[in-house]
Amino acid sequence: MNDLLALALNRAQLLGAAYADVRTLTAREQSVSVRNGVVEGVGELENAGFGVRVLVNDAWGFASSAIVTAKEVERITAEAIAIAKASASYQQRRVYLGPPEVHQAVYRTPVEIDPFTVSIEDKIALLLEADRLMRAEASVKVAQGNLVCLRKHQTFASTEGSTIEQEIFETGGAIMALAIANGEIQRRSYPNVFRDQHAEGWEFIQRLDFVGNAPRIGAEAAALLSAEQCPNQVTTLILDRTQLGLQIHESCGHPTELDRVFGTEAAYAGTSFLTPEKLGVFRYGSEIVNLTADATTPGGLGTFGYDDEGVPAQRVPLVREGLFVGYLSSRETATQLAQLRGEDPSLSRSGGAMRASGWNRIPIIRMTNINLEPGTWELEDLIADTDEGIYMETNKSWSIDNLRLNFLFGTELAYEIKGGKRGKLYKNATYTGMTPEFWGACDAICNANSWGLWGVPNCGKGQPSQTAHAGHGAAPARFRNVRVGVMK
Amino acid sequence: MLNEHDIKALLQRVISRSSGDETEVLFLGLDEALTRFANNEIHQNVAETNFSLVVSVALGKRIGMASTNNLSDAALDQLVERATMLARLQPENPDFPGFAPPVAFPEGRQAFDEATASATPELRAHAVGEVIRYALDRGVVASGAFSTSRYQWAIATSHGLFAWHPLTLAELTIVAMTETGSGYAADAAWQVAQIPVAQHGKIAVDKALASQNPRELAPGDYPVVLEAAAVHDLVAFMGGGANGMNVAEGSSWMSGRQGQALLSPTITLVDDPDAPEHLPIPFDFEGTPRQPLTIIREGVVGDAFYNRQWAAKTGHAATGHGTPPVSPFAPGSAMGRMMFPMHLTLQAGDTSVEQLVSNMERGLYVTRFNYTRPVHPREMVVTGLTRDGTFWIENGEIAYPVKNLRFTQSYVEALQNVAAVGDTLHREPGYASFTRNPALQLTQFRFTGKTEF
Repeated sequence: MNDLLALALNRAQLLGAAYADVRTLTAREQSVSVRNGVVEGVGELENAGFGVRVLVNDAWGFASSAIVTAKEVERITAEAIAIAKASASYQQRRVYLGPPEVHQAVYRTPVEIDPFTVSIEDKIALLLEADRLMRAEASVKVAQGNLVCLRKHQTFASTEGSTIEQEIFETGGAIMALAIANGEIQRRSYPNVFRDQHAEGWEFIQRLDFVGNAPRIGAEAAALLSAEQCPNQVTTLILDRTQLGLQIHESCGHPTELDRVFGTEAAYAGTSFLTPEKLGVFRYGSEIVNLTADATTPGGLGTFGYDDEGVPAQRVPLVREGLFVGYLSSRETATQLAQLRGEDPSLSRSGGAMRASGWNRIPIIRMTNINLEPGTWELEDLIADTDEGIYMETNKSWSIDNLRLNFLFGTELAYEIKGGKRGKLYKNATYTGMTPEFWGACDAICNANSWGLWGVPNCGKGQPSQTAHAGHGAAPARFRNVRVGVMK
Repeated sequence: MLNEHDIKALLQRVISRSSGDETEVLFLGLDEALTRFANNEIHQNVAETNFSLVVSVALGKRIGMASTNNLSDAALDQLVERATMLARLQPENPDFPGFAPPVAFPEGRQAFDEATASATPELRAHAVGEVIRYALDRGVVASGAFSTSRYQWAIATSHGLFAWHPLTLAELTIVAMTETGSGYAADAAWQVAQIPVAQHGKIAVDKALASQNPRELAPGDYPVVLEAAAVHDLVAFMGGGANGMNVAEGSSWMSGRQGQALLSPTITLVDDPDAPEHLPIPFDFEGTPRQPLTIIREGVVGDAFYNRQWAAKTGHAATGHGTPPVSPFAPGSAMGRMMFPMHLTLQAGDTSVEQLVSNMERGLYVTRFNYTRPVHPREMVVTGLTRDGTFWIENGEIAYPVKNLRFTQSYVEALQNVAAVGDTLHREPGYASFTRNPALQLTQFRFTGKTEF
């Protein structure tokens, strides 16, 4: 394989590339899904290929193929060069990459139990038992469960002299109950909507305890059918850590992506309200809000050894004591930012957030693990400290504008909080706001005892589309004066 | 690139290796190229050659599935062995209807265009360059993507079915921006020559200029004129909601309402592979011939679509809307045999867009919606935002641009409140295909929040 990598890099240089990198990737995925007592799908997927990225005359070209032969490597490298040359006619600025990134390294996700060693029968039995327990509730008309395990083996090499080999494992799953009666539909998911996924082994699924949680999930879905509609009002809101993870993803993760800030996602995902002049001076949230992009968080879906430009995994502060202080960056955008700020681009280094969804995609800036640092409260103390408000849990719906300011999120479950205690159950809960006002109204964050990671396996961005896997760590937090209960 | 003969031989090689009671093999091949531009320059320009074999082996009613993009004999042996092993390890699926029998597919229109298949990076760069020049000349920043792709889909089953179909697809999206305004244009067609790139660039750039310095508007209920690109969202949600599984389980907007005059009599929504301009794909990913479907006929709730399993389970005929059992080009995505419409058309009315505006005393003109998500599936309550050109209409004329608004609106209610339907169908790119929609004038639409731009 290394011969093919060298061939691609040599050909690229001979054909005029100022810089080139090549990635080969073999992915193996196994999934099991059940629905209402029936095994809906059991499958294994293998996919391998390579992608060549070249920089010619300050323009990028990228081409990829599933045919891993020397002849195809030569064809694809030449195609990448031709594409870059075509792009160069419409290139207006010089591309700087900062200091060279030269690394010889091997990284492997630490796993206790290789998820591929757990038998298919055991995986099916686990999901079917959870499925049966959820359907013990008569109004649960649909029960579902899924498990996914993934192994990616990637080798990266660049004309700067890097060779990096990485083996990433991911394991995830979820169960879901849909209660339906009299035209009303209510859903409960555990541990999260779609699924939760970690860069861990089967030990993650063992910790989730689907069977132990299934009766509760079924019962909650059934109870929601007769719950009151969430009232439309301005009140105090406490979010559980999974919904808060989604809030972080949409209102902090995406707007700190430097490619969005520089307009290269304008036509699709959008841009960002966190423009460069705000760096270091803009109040993003209250003084207790600290957000970090951490590609080293153990078990995180955004955890790796090196990004897909060969830059080492890092911890990058995004918000410190409420102040906006950092971006998710690539080698190129880090130098662009330096130039804007009057700094020397040749010294500016990437924060290590360039990730491709596969061998067939060019790396773009993606979230790593965007974490809200824990605060000081125990959850029960926080609820006891709240006279009146609403507690919301588990995302159901999410929408945010293309600058990442105005959002409206819905959750599966909500409780009234009255006199410091949980009160009645609400259905169809939603809340809406503007990002800086919302985070500015955060007056309490729970401590490490209730802090946890959530893995997002379905973050879409880019053209052609790329589905990224990102992580979010959070503990429940309280927000004042939030509009809730917006419905048709 | 493999041809029909090569692919047929390949699928037969796989089937001949299987000892299962039934075997199904899918071939999905693609050559995709996309030129992406932003800030008036090309910044990402990519190409991909990819294919996947997806084999499903049934032992009685136990089904295992495996997928690979390695076509060596050893890999094919391993593929069949793995699918068989997975089938052996699981309980029976009582709903399994068996794999598709042989069927004669009607001789349809072709959807393969050599010019699209062989489009070069230079061709795309030249077309995009015209958009960039028009934008630069007017001080506008243009962004977007222009893609040209070729696909080959084939399926074979151990019952003797073989079907193969090549097609091409070109897609364009443009967003043009000034400091305070933005505009949009998009198109899709199976012949690249059908996409007037420069003309779309002019539309987007001119709208970016027209939407500058927007005024603030309070959220509330307003009459609206939705451009065809905005109507795409209603069509995609309502069309996607005609899923036979959801209808049967009671979670679709259609559940319990089929045959009812639920919506405006001006609304007819079809999923028709033979409709002019749509991609004429003769079969789905289970080998079922694609059937035309009337989802809404003059406001009356019509038919749902079914894959083989849900057709058998509910006593309907399969309609040719089955998806592959896996998304083989996106490792990490969960799998399952689903169903999806690829040929949605909301039928045109007889009112020009200009008349839709001139008919309206006061209201909003919306270019398109962004980041729309369902809040409640039964009434198809959806939230999202306006984007790339929102205007206030006063006395039948576009009066001034307004800042974008968030809406939270039942699409069922929206299609009950239709005042008039536009007379021109527009192709709007969507997931895996495109829809064809006219503009709509609605008597009321609920806006629940506002933005700062």
